[in-house]
Amino acid sequence: MAAFSSRSCLQYLLHLAQDNLDFRLPEIKALLALRGKPFRPCENFREKSPFWCLDGLSEEDVRSIMARSVCAKSAFELWGHGQTHSELRTSLLNFPSDIMSPFMHKDSTYRINVYTFNKTLQFADRIKRIDALEYLPFEGTVSLKNPQHIFCLLEDYGTDPNNIPEHPSYIYFGRWIADGQRDLIRSHSVKNRHFIGNTSMDAGLSFIMANHARVKQDDLVFDPFVGTGSLLVACSHFGAYVCGTDIDYNTIHGKGRSSRKNQKWRGPDENIRANLRQYGTQKMYVDVMVSDASKPVWRDAALFDAIITDPPYGIREATRRTGSHKDIAKPAEGVFEESHVPVSQAYHLSDIFTDLLNFSAHHLVMGGRLVYWLPVYRPEYCEEMVPLHPCLQLISNCEQTLSSHTSRRLITMEKIKEPEEFDSLAHLSDPRFSAYQGHNAFREKYFSGLNKKSTKENNKSDVSGD
Amino acid sequence: MKLLTHNMLTSHVKGVTKGYPLLIKATEVKVNEVEFNPQFVSRMIPKLEWGALVHAAEELGHRQDLPGELVQDFEKNEDFLKKVHRVLLEVEVIEGCLQCPESGREFPISKGIPNMLLNEDEV
Repeated sequence: MAAFSSRSCLQYLLHLAQDNLDFRLPEIKALLALRGKPFRPCENFREKSPFWCLDGLSEEDVRSIMARSVCAKSAFELWGHGQTHSELRTSLLNFPSDIMSPFMHKDSTYRINVYTFNKTLQFADRIKRIDALEYLPFEGTVSLKNPQHIFCLLEDYGTDPNNIPEHPSYIYFGRWIADGQRDLIRSHSVKNRHFIGNTSMDAGLSFIMANHARVKQDDLVFDPFVGTGSLLVACSHFGAYVCGTDIDYNTIHGKGRSSRKNQKWRGPDENIRANLRQYGTQKMYVDVMVSDASKPVWRDAALFDAIITDPPYGIREATRRTGSHKDIAKPAEGVFEESHVPVSQAYHLSDIFTDLLNFSAHHLVMGGRLVYWLPVYRPEYCEEMVPLHPCLQLISNCEQTLSSHTSRRLITMEKIKEPEEFDSLAHLSDPRFSAYQGHNAFREKYFSGLNKKSTKENNKSDVSGD
Repeated sequence: MKLLTHNMLTSHVKGVTKGYPLLIKATEVKVNEVEFNPQFVSRMIPKLEWGALVHAAEELGHRQDLPGELVQDFEKNEDFLKKVHRVLLEVEVIEGCLQCPESGREFPISKGIPNMLLNEDEV
């Protein structure tokens, strides 16, 4: 069996952040897929746990995942694990010494960290934990400041903060490999961004979306409802060239009222290009345009590697498209004023989604991904409400709760075939779409919780008015 | 507006059957230096309408010696990729308009940003 090196059966431990739980698995799976690797959890895998053990990966795979993940905090080469410290000891002593020894020899420097989840340990107890590991053959010198190798003892005390057990339910020991990209959440915070709007996407979620979309170096990524370009910022950080459109002339040109508290009007140079410049990715900027996402302004070809967007739901941004129900007298011939704002009409949510899926089927490259948010009225939600398209395969569907009765779902789809003549209308006839039919249908439901109260008050005032 | 974008845009004026490529009428053109990335340019070339790109560069007076036909083995031809890079990403129309070749409808470009919206009576 010498052909099988002991390295090939190494396991890696991911320590994940305990927020956005739904988004973690699709993120890690997408990042593994970028490396052409399957997701192979070890036995006893629990999605909601902060600790995942993975099989079948190399250290390089793990490093590349951590270079992208905003859901994972750190990754370790797992040396031992168990439900008790004595199980851990047995497990560690069984770990192949030829893998350990390069990191423990006489001339090396190292440090051991103790991390506890859902419990805080006293300093003295941490030292005790480290001292208890004396059975490990460390020969190097301890260096707290600048060690060559970092090891970590991780204790899991479950996920119930109101019922913290005395002893950990599980213990891991491993060699630290890399940290994830949690720092991006702060460094790219919307709070410090040059150009923002009322609905600018949170930095962490923007990076998660870019990861779900498998955005990679040298891709061309498009956002049809670009707004202030938060998603383009995230995609450009991962090396993709970016472009976007929005129907709102003022947003695209960075004009009009500021979304900031102490500022009335937007300053000069508040635009998407300046946002990329702020983060050093201006070279990834292709273009933004004023354009209506419901209109075919793109040449019919598979142009984009990913389409990633946050469509307006009519809650904080209006859903509009150009056109009018009224018969309007034609303006003077040949006059196309640069800043003319055409009359717009209602853009039903159901149409936004069918347009978006059809557009993606036509304009994504094969294997390219569409990632977008679907607003949901929770009491009525069922999986069948997620729009389908014969050319797009549903990859993941993750919920972010917004209120007791509303949430939005991050939908990821992958193009699996080129559209044919009959494909484009395939899901339009589906009655399940009724939830998004009719302008403001979702908006009305969204505010239904509030409306009960205000209706009551209205009735009251009506009465008193009499 | 960069010529990469122009290469992907088409006219969506109602009833137009041959709306590609859009004509460019520029009053201000700028060349902004952008870091050269041969991998990206190589990836984009198969997606391009080559003739439209050469024509657009010609219209703006920035064709230089860009060949009329796509060269073979362009991935290895750094000199060629640099020329394509310049035309795709560095030449930018700042002011002017795009014109539908069939209907004559103009789409204004201001501060580098095209406005592709049609009026309410045109959609």
